[in-house]
Amino acid sequence: MRWIWIDKFVEFEPGVRAVAVKNVTMAEEHLHDHFPGYPTMPAALMIEAMAQTAGILVGQARNFQEKVILAKVNQALFHEIVRPGDQLFLEARMENITAEAATTRGTIRCEDRLIAEITLMFSHIDQNLSGMQFPEENFVFNAQFMDLLKCYIPSAAPLKQDL
Amino acid sequence: MSMSRDEIYEKVKDILVDALGVDDDEVTNQATLVGDLGAESIDFLDIVFQLEKQFEIKIPREELFPAENLLNDSEYVDNGKLTAAGLARLKEAMGHVDFSEFEKDPDLNKITDLFTVDSIVQFIEGKTNAA
Repeated sequence: MRWIWIDKFVEFEPGVRAVAVKNVTMAEEHLHDHFPGYPTMPAALMIEAMAQTAGILVGQARNFQEKVILAKVNQALFHEIVRPGDQLFLEARMENITAEAATTRGTIRCEDRLIAEITLMFSHIDQNLSGMQFPEENFVFNAQFMDLLKCYIPSAAPLKQDL
Repeated sequence: MSMSRDEIYEKVKDILVDALGVDDDEVTNQATLVGDLGAESIDFLDIVFQLEKQFEIKIPREELFPAENLLNDSEYVDNGKLTAAGLARLKEAMGHVDFSEFEKDPDLNKITDLFTVDSIVQFIEGKTNAA
């Protein structure tokens, strides 16, 4: 099972920017383990949510043909904590994309609060690592993911052009 | 846009501090990216991206750090060392690099020592002055 950490996209401009929503609920176990008795979302999981948002933006820009892997967290600044009931808006903007890699710059907001600023770098792994061979099947954007994409982004069909 | 060597150096330094998470004073002219500053493969791409943006230039793949293709070619590599042909090819591709130490013993394991802070500054100097 793929680990899904964002709930849906509310905006998607191919190759430019994407905004996803993550609803944080008291039912999530991670909230209770981080600081027992004071449920907050771990910063690492905010990075994961941004990596999924930005990773899909990067993947779509190459029609989901590349295997897009998070390669580097260039910067992660956290300004506020996230509590149960918060609805996070994750906005990722494409900074740069080439045959080998991409960088994105993102913010996480909750209502009018700036929660975090996160800059990431993704590798198109087939194009890197000195010609190391990976399985031909795209294990990042697999069939299950492509199905999910349809409910992630209601207008997803035109995003994958050869479907 | 012509820039002095010092101006280029300061900007390259800022990029390396940002990309590699090192301190200002660790970035010296002779510091090697991998050995001294701890760069990993993805950092090289990150540095190229940031150089392109900062200096408003295009850096074609393999131009700044061109070793990769060479290493997979048996004409250029023999028994873990660069052949004479390989060394000549690398020198031609990397005019911005000082080979004086490396050519005494062109061991592949030492190839990353060629990538110094100074080699980046020289490369950018060549690019921006040509433009």
